[in-house]
Amino acid sequence: MNKVKSLVLAGLLALAPSLAMGGHALAQDNAVAAAPATENAAAPAESAANATAPAAEAAPVATVAAPPRMKPTEGIGMPKPGEYTLQEQFTSTGHTARWLHDVMLIPLIFAISIFVLILMLYAMWKFRRSANPIPSKTAHNTMIEVIWTVLPVVILLVVAVPSIGLLADQYKPAPKDAVVVKVTGYQWYWGYEYPDNGIPEFVSNMLPEDKAKANGEPYLLAPDNRLVLPAGRPIKLIITGADVIHAFAVPSLWVKMDAVPGRLNEKSFTIDEPGVYYGQCSELCGARHGFMPIAIEALPPAQFDQWVLSQGGKPAGTAPAATATAPQAAEKTADAAPAADAKI
Amino acid sequence: MTTITADHHHDHAHDHDHHDADHKPAFFQRWFMSTNHKDIGTLYLIFAIIAGIIGGGISGLMRAELAHPGIQYLHTWAMMMDGPEATLDQAYHLWNVLITAHGLIMVFFMVMPAMIGGFGNWFVPIMIGAPDMAFPRMNNVSFWLLIPAFALLLGSTFVPGGTGNGAGTGWTVYAPLSTSGSAGPAVDMAILSLHIAGASSILGAINFITTILNMRAPGMTLHKMPLFVWSVLVTAFLLLLALPVLAAAITMLLTDRNFGTTFYDAAGGGDPELYQHLFWFFGHPEVYIMILPGFGIVSQIISTFSRKPVFGYLGMAYAMVAIGVVGFVVWAHHMFTTGMSVNVKMYFTAATMVIAVPTGIKIFSWIATIWGGSISFKTPMVWALGFIFLFTVGGVTGVVLANGGVDDVLHDTYYVVAHFHYVLSLGAVFGLFAGFYYWFPKMSGKMYNEFLGQLHFWVFFIGVNLLFFPMHFLGLSGMPRRYPDYPAAFEKWNELASHGYEIMAAGMGIFFINLIWSLAAGKKAEANPWGEGATTLEWTLSSPPPFHQFETLPVIDDTAHH
Repeated sequence: MNKVKSLVLAGLLALAPSLAMGGHALAQDNAVAAAPATENAAAPAESAANATAPAAEAAPVATVAAPPRMKPTEGIGMPKPGEYTLQEQFTSTGHTARWLHDVMLIPLIFAISIFVLILMLYAMWKFRRSANPIPSKTAHNTMIEVIWTVLPVVILLVVAVPSIGLLADQYKPAPKDAVVVKVTGYQWYWGYEYPDNGIPEFVSNMLPEDKAKANGEPYLLAPDNRLVLPAGRPIKLIITGADVIHAFAVPSLWVKMDAVPGRLNEKSFTIDEPGVYYGQCSELCGARHGFMPIAIEALPPAQFDQWVLSQGGKPAGTAPAATATAPQAAEKTADAAPAADAKI
Repeated sequence: MTTITADHHHDHAHDHDHHDADHKPAFFQRWFMSTNHKDIGTLYLIFAIIAGIIGGGISGLMRAELAHPGIQYLHTWAMMMDGPEATLDQAYHLWNVLITAHGLIMVFFMVMPAMIGGFGNWFVPIMIGAPDMAFPRMNNVSFWLLIPAFALLLGSTFVPGGTGNGAGTGWTVYAPLSTSGSAGPAVDMAILSLHIAGASSILGAINFITTILNMRAPGMTLHKMPLFVWSVLVTAFLLLLALPVLAAAITMLLTDRNFGTTFYDAAGGGDPELYQHLFWFFGHPEVYIMILPGFGIVSQIISTFSRKPVFGYLGMAYAMVAIGVVGFVVWAHHMFTTGMSVNVKMYFTAATMVIAVPTGIKIFSWIATIWGGSISFKTPMVWALGFIFLFTVGGVTGVVLANGGVDDVLHDTYYVVAHFHYVLSLGAVFGLFAGFYYWFPKMSGKMYNEFLGQLHFWVFFIGVNLLFFPMHFLGLSGMPRRYPDYPAAFEKWNELASHGYEIMAAGMGIFFINLIWSLAAGKKAEANPWGEGATTLEWTLSSPPPFHQFETLPVIDDTAHH
């Protein structure tokens, strides 16, 4: 029914360009949405460097200092130079999935490839024309054809069982007390909001090369403001896109979820231990697709609560008093509430 | 299997130089108004080679930029394309234009025209004993539609497409990046290009289906058709069923872009995911469209150079049918990270794995064909053998990616790039080269240079493996696709891949030298240069075949069947 209506509408709009206001209005909306993007992109260094007293004015409750910016560990939560395996994993899904990949799939695909290669090389040698001038006439063998049809089916069934189990594991819903963060992909930065803790959205831009180096962080992976999360507590990310589709991806946590405009995608996980875990946008989203990195800073739970307080938010378990209005009160600006300060 | 005798023109075609069958029209009429399937096939091959040079050249630009971290050349190129005041953002946009153009050119203007338009046109009618295609004039239209399509795509790179000039949406043209995210006419031009190329392919598909179902020579039953003809028949059905869906999807993109509809815009009640479902409903069969004719070519070559009929002929034919059918119900494995429900993800995981079964049947049947054969390692054969192994490698990484849970980390990384280049750049392209060397004597009447052919194979083989194998490591380590710059940790494998490209390019140089040398000074080819293993009808004709073949239909002799 709706489809028919929209088709009729499409026809009308096609016939009468002056009626096509929807499209024009839309374009303007996007232009408005894109405007802060350029401002933010221009100022990431500022927001990171100056944010020693984050959001003090914006949130009067904040009397607690944020914990110091965590130093990343080389090779943890980031790619290693010359690495040829999956990154080390820090969630239970990650462990299961890596086991499936390393223990089942890799040996299986190597075995199949080597088996095929050996069969081919043997046949090529044994049946070369100089050694075997008269070819055999065999063109059928029902038994062997049944075997090479049934055997792959059996192998695939063996793979499918843990694979389906892994999928079920990935979709385990988060418990009620999970830390909830709304992640929004913008062209070309990320926005993080903690609705249950009353922390309004702050944005995360890539650090320029000199700043990243000065911080001791990998360039192109390090943003100014990190997504701060507790280690050891269940987390629920609600992921969406503001303009085009982005994808929120952190390889060492086995997380990849598209940020689709008009959809709220959910991803639940628990991070094993404190650390900094890097990721990058993983769905083509325009010019600076390669330049909107992600960093998750997983703090010990007590420090996370301290961080929440420092942002003027309410840690879990306390009554969220003024939080309902807080997100609306604070505009989506780059300097609203930097997550963690760049202590160099 | 079947002994075939053609009772007319049987290796006496050179006696018929002045016969009507060899009366060729004047140059313009022959090449611009052609209705002859062989001439149209030649045009398709020339077109595909030109498009391949452009598409392959673009990948050279990309590998040059990616050889080391940092932006090396991109900004300079952007200044050349967009003027001296080009910003860094325009340079990044240019990167997206390059990846988009590379993908679209290689898929729509290189592999498909070469496989289906080139070899399909040349050899499907001959192999079934038909004088020409069913609709010769439509065949001509199919080819000439490709020219404006390609011109539109190339032209789109010079007009605004959002942040800079050109369509920077990726070959998948996902909404809303391709709608609200790309202002300017570039994306409209690219969409129109796809429309026209799609129309060309649909016409071609209708032509092939009609030809194969209606114009087989007496005695040429469906179950006696050469496997290459089977592969083109299955491919044509896939084209006919998949391309209209693409056309619908991108038409809605056009109306979303220009007429204010909101099919893919959540703000107006639409959904960006709808586009992805429609695109991949076309896109997954599309990958089989590109590889199935390669399966057919490889089957012919393996049989010819082993001097043995194809092992398990019926299994081989119906494995292709099965791949074609299952290929239509696995599309959402390209969308594992879009946030689909767990049941949908489980279904698409299981369905995707099923494809490994008919694919396995094909691999093992090829090996069983050479088993017990009398193998000669001529150039087409080494390409075909290379195809079997490399396609196996590309296939097993497909089994890894089929696992929806594992794909969560590999999706949109270089692992995927490595996988689909192993099945396409090392699968389909190896199939193309195998077919090209196999039929070059037939098409041109000249022998290629055997030494240069072998050298081309080995240089190309080493080059593409160095180019694409390290990409598995990059993907496992987490490097996303479609990035013009990367963290320093990814440098080692990227540098190696770029060196691999250089070696591959040297291999292509050898190919072109061989091509020019053979056309100019190659030995004259016999009707059947491959000996008793070559049993299909094209080897009963002269090399090159007469302008019109089979004016008296050949009769397929069934007495030798066992």
